[in-house]
Amino acid sequence: MSGGVDSSTVAAMLRAEGHNVIGLTMQLWNQRRLAGREGMPEAVHGRCCSLDDIYDARRVAQQIGIPYYVINHEDRFERDVVRPFVQEYLSGRTPIPCSLCNNHLKFDQLLVVAQQIGADRVATGHYARVLYDEARGRWLLKRPADSSKDQTYFLFGLTQEQLSRTLFPLGDMTKPQVRELAHRHGLAIAEKPDSQEICFVPGGDYKRFIDAYLAEQGESLPDTAGELVTTSGEVIGEHSGIHNFTVGQRKGLGVATGSPLYVIQISGADKQVMVGGDEHLYSRVLRVRRTNLISVDDLREPMQVKVKIRHRHEPAAATIEASGEDEICVTFDEPQRAITPGQAAVFYDGDVVVGGGWIA
Amino acid sequence: MHRVYLDNNATTPVLPEVFEAMRPYFAECFGNASSIHHHGQESRAAVEDARESVAHLLGCSASEIVFTSGGTESDNLAVAGWVAAGDHVVTSSIEHHAVLHACKHLETMGCEVTVLPVDGRGMIDPADVRRALRPNTKLISLMMANNETGVLQPVDEIGKIAAEAKILFHTDAVQAAAKVAIDVRRIGCDALSISGHKIHAPQGVGALYVKKGTRIQPLFHGGRHERSRRAGTENVPGIVGLGKAAQLAKESLDRGDDKVLSAMRDRLEQGILAQVDDASVNGWGATRVPNTTNIRFDHIEGESLVIALDLKGLAVSTGAACSSGAIEPSHVLIAMGLRPEQARASIRFSLGKQTTQADIEFALGLVPEAVARLRAISPRYTKQVVASS
Repeated sequence: MSGGVDSSTVAAMLRAEGHNVIGLTMQLWNQRRLAGREGMPEAVHGRCCSLDDIYDARRVAQQIGIPYYVINHEDRFERDVVRPFVQEYLSGRTPIPCSLCNNHLKFDQLLVVAQQIGADRVATGHYARVLYDEARGRWLLKRPADSSKDQTYFLFGLTQEQLSRTLFPLGDMTKPQVRELAHRHGLAIAEKPDSQEICFVPGGDYKRFIDAYLAEQGESLPDTAGELVTTSGEVIGEHSGIHNFTVGQRKGLGVATGSPLYVIQISGADKQVMVGGDEHLYSRVLRVRRTNLISVDDLREPMQVKVKIRHRHEPAAATIEASGEDEICVTFDEPQRAITPGQAAVFYDGDVVVGGGWIA
Repeated sequence: MHRVYLDNNATTPVLPEVFEAMRPYFAECFGNASSIHHHGQESRAAVEDARESVAHLLGCSASEIVFTSGGTESDNLAVAGWVAAGDHVVTSSIEHHAVLHACKHLETMGCEVTVLPVDGRGMIDPADVRRALRPNTKLISLMMANNETGVLQPVDEIGKIAAEAKILFHTDAVQAAAKVAIDVRRIGCDALSISGHKIHAPQGVGALYVKKGTRIQPLFHGGRHERSRRAGTENVPGIVGLGKAAQLAKESLDRGDDKVLSAMRDRLEQGILAQVDDASVNGWGATRVPNTTNIRFDHIEGESLVIALDLKGLAVSTGAACSSGAIEPSHVLIAMGLRPEQARASIRFSLGKQTTQADIEFALGLVPEAVARLRAISPRYTKQVVASS
């Protein structure tokens, strides 16, 4: 329970259905930890793990009459989400902390805690559907009824066992329906705004976050400055550090040319940032590693799917095939813009999530 | 659901006799103890009776008792009441946050603070106290019994060291009061804190013993209540409750009830150790108050165990709750040399006057099974994660 409308409504729904519900909030990050450091905001309002949010979650639990506990996983979150997040940027990739959190915390630690305290299932406020397919003998992850809230992209790492113990009660509902239900249950948080940004990065300014985090750790920001080069290898300037760039980025390159320039590629090894025209952003092939398959147990032969390469990407037709140990090659029918290392590629067969992996 | 409460170091239920003693002082005898009329005199008499009871429990005279809002205020009053910028204060790493954070605050005001370590049993070494003294040392503040382990500290020896060096000595006796006999003269302390709700009086009342002749700077400024040591209209019902609880505690200690309590604690402790492998007592080998045992169950998350037991009706605790309600590893156990995961694997059981033999058997029926369940599940998921880095 994050204190938001989705998880609060889930708790109220399940309680009303007569389930024996236990409310849990994961304390993952102390929002005040970096406040005021390296230009970080002094006051942080209403993002996850803030005292206000925990207060909201606790009030909902009291109101609907369920036991409620806050469990502390700050160490694990820092180790498995925050550190890798910083490390990925410093290596020239663009990470997705929400997927890491799902894989390492919400559907790992939380499931362990659930089992330890005697709970059969974990229910969350994610917009996704989970169901058992008798014919395939597998648990399936499917896109939700409200496609605008689809969170399956962040859930591709769920294993069969994790899925078998997970409930997504909002999968068949739209957000307005959820808010209405929250009202009907008399929940004070029914109109609380959705959280949009990365929960531990206030204002979405990840660069400032990295500065502040490293300063707090007593580590200096590694020098990742280097050359700006064109697609033909010509050096046209210097840049302040590869972690300041994302593939497809246009603004802030610090060079003036006649036609718009974009970040085409970031090379962690030689700290080069390659820039070029929009046309250079397109490519047809990518490889993913650290893969997970959901609807099938193995990829024995090439498979036609649709592939999503970032949260706000319209899935595009592609062929996937195994290309090595824990590696899958994705070949799109049409070139795709700004394929970004560090993001996930998630495979869909209609509404069903086939699996996915991390873009190498 | 049948519920058993073994978290009496967090707070205790108000005893029926205490509640009855307090009852008239809400609506019938409501006077302000400072008023000169009948109503005021009634309340004044009740406050002074209570003061005598508390003094009797601590072995001092009534005029040496200052009523406060609780243990935290008593500790803050004692810690801040004598020192000024440039003074040096000696305390320890296992103190309650009411002392530790008050000392931190003193540092911001220009005081120097020495935080003494403890040994593996959680005991302060008096020799360390002696070594820590400086020409500008003004105050030693060291607890009498630790809240998490129940370990009793060598306050008599520390009192002697303080007296020889003519340094003020405050001891936080919040977790010692009513569990062991306290005699402030024998300890030789200048101040001693107690809290009402740890001894079966209500929350929101406490007391500080301040030795006659030692002038203390008040925290609150206002009227001349409590001999100008603590301004603010007295919490008469609370003070009456504290007085009654102190009287009952004294009678109980004189009867030797602490031995009954320690026998139940030992039964719980030995019962758990006999049934659970890789379990050990934090503070083993030290003298402890009779109601507390702190047991480390290796390879578990104490947080999960506390939740699992609560869902089955047994209330115990682990670590310290931070502002969100999440649990942080105990600074006391860390100070004793435990690794963070060992501190997080530790659970405190604390008995009270209302605890029965049946409560102990109830706990013994739940704890070993719950620990076994946690241990069986722990490593299962960690290997299946789709790692990303």
